[in-house]
Amino acid sequence: MSVIDHREPTFADVNRDVLRTLAPPGNLYFTWMCVVGLILTGGILAWTNQIFYGMGEAGKRTPQMWAMYITTFVFWIGIGHAGTLISAVLYLFRARWRTSIYRAAEAMTIFAVLTAGLFPLIHAGRMWFAYFLLPYPNQRYLWPNFRSPLVWDVFAISTYLSISTVFFIVGLVPDVAALRDASTGWRRRVYAMLSLGWEGADSQWRHYRRAYGLLAALATPLVLSVHSVVSWDFAMALVPGWHSTLFAPFFVNGAIFSGFAMVLVLVLPMRHFFGLHTYIRDKHLDAMAKLILVTSLVLTYFYLCEVFTAWYSGDHFERASLFWKVTKSYAWALWLMYFCNCVSPLILFWKKARTSPFVLYVVSILVLIGMWFERFNIIVPSLGHDFYPYTWGIYVPSPTDTMIVIGSFAWFFILFLGFIKLMPSVSVVEVKETIPAPMKDDSHGRQR
Amino acid sequence: MAASAETVLGVFAHVDTTVRALEDLKAKGYHDLTVYTPIPVHEIEDVLERDRPVSRVRLFTLIGGLTGTASGFFLTIWSAMQWGLITGGKPVASIPPFVIIAFELTILFGGVATVIGMVLLGRLPRIKASPTFDPRFTNDRFGVAVHCASGRGGSVRQILSAAGAEEVKA
Repeated sequence: MSVIDHREPTFADVNRDVLRTLAPPGNLYFTWMCVVGLILTGGILAWTNQIFYGMGEAGKRTPQMWAMYITTFVFWIGIGHAGTLISAVLYLFRARWRTSIYRAAEAMTIFAVLTAGLFPLIHAGRMWFAYFLLPYPNQRYLWPNFRSPLVWDVFAISTYLSISTVFFIVGLVPDVAALRDASTGWRRRVYAMLSLGWEGADSQWRHYRRAYGLLAALATPLVLSVHSVVSWDFAMALVPGWHSTLFAPFFVNGAIFSGFAMVLVLVLPMRHFFGLHTYIRDKHLDAMAKLILVTSLVLTYFYLCEVFTAWYSGDHFERASLFWKVTKSYAWALWLMYFCNCVSPLILFWKKARTSPFVLYVVSILVLIGMWFERFNIIVPSLGHDFYPYTWGIYVPSPTDTMIVIGSFAWFFILFLGFIKLMPSVSVVEVKETIPAPMKDDSHGRQR
Repeated sequence: MAASAETVLGVFAHVDTTVRALEDLKAKGYHDLTVYTPIPVHEIEDVLERDRPVSRVRLFTLIGGLTGTASGFFLTIWSAMQWGLITGGKPVASIPPFVIIAFELTILFGGVATVIGMVLLGRLPRIKASPTFDPRFTNDRFGVAVHCASGRGGSVRQILSAAGAEEVKA
């Protein structure tokens, strides 16, 4: 169905091809929507069940009051990081290959953070009191304890969601204007509104470009801070296996690693079904695969450090916690994580594997599984085996919390599926910037 | 913007011809120009930004960011002082954890102020399209609108055509 075109596209081709992705979807799309919608319904029913019958339905009991929900929360926050890395950090580094995938990655960031944001609410049980987390003047003169990492988290996540959304919308403005001028009917009216009447005049571009660069410069430290703050939710506690200064870089690296895997999971089908081979080429896949490989190697180093530090510290509880993780009840999860995160990406040392969509897809899925289990291994076994034998315990997932976690994936995919049919999933403006600008005197125009 | 009686629009298909037209217009003393481009183009920016100050968006970012830092520290220190209970032997106003809140609010306020700056300075949103705008300018054409005194339209047209405009209209 897709025609691979090796000719260098022109500006008009870009407009045409991006507009084509917004054509009315076929049966396959609706089938996917239905499947995802059904799973989401299951998740919503499970949550309703939990609200109605109480938190016992979620299989929570001491000592593991943080279990599946916080695991999945950290997982989804991590997924978002690759999007900001591509859209802001690689923008500042002028990595031109980012242009054709950054829009999809940025959308992924927002949807991942929206998904993650649900979990503290689900986890809190009575989520209608969630506003207690925010600082607001109240009758009892109560303020949040700003020394608590959980409050830092509220600030970090909400800032991250706000800035990612702002950055995303700013990037969309000129693109939506291009779509406005190429479409008719209700779409034209909606796009006209969203484009804020953008015309591409020099008086608009000069402020736009400056603002975009500044937003990228603000988003870069932000993205590093967000997962550091999430890691401090754990590292600030005294639990063996958590209380480590290693956690912030360890979490940030893992987040980027899993995020790139999710970008590939989303972008590979997008490229196939939309026939975007002209824009998302093998070199893009190669670049992403290299980033996965590098972050995987760094992660392996962190795992080694973690084990070494636990041993070298001489701390009895650290050693006992580690020994228990590696050999006892949850050992299968630990070894599965090592395999998925450290061993499976090694295949990307081969160039053939880095450009093969099939291999990349399999590796990405394994990485996502591995990274979910990484958070599981940090949270559940550490809580289950801390200082005193009488507080030890085993956590077993219940149907309710399992269904909610599966439902969160459906929620994420339904948002993304909706997005690719309503908004340009490939940036019109930025892709045009990477192709040679039209020159009458062709001799120097093609040198760019 | 000078009171202009006449406006001439040239439509270009290429960057180099657009740049040539801009250089010629500037040399002849026409400075009231509006240039429409589908993407920001360095060559065109180089000509236009030559005698302009840097965009003031960065001032918005700075003020927004500093406001964020200040409000982050104010919120945390002030609310901690509301009930000055010493816990864990730490000072009531413990600065290191408050830096995190201040940092997040710096980014938040700075980012939002940047967008406000962009919208205000770029005079967005525009309800009605400006008269010289053409839908082709978001696709693959470049537009140069020249605002000049009445009676000068003829010479402007000539400059635009000579530079290689594929279409010149009033």
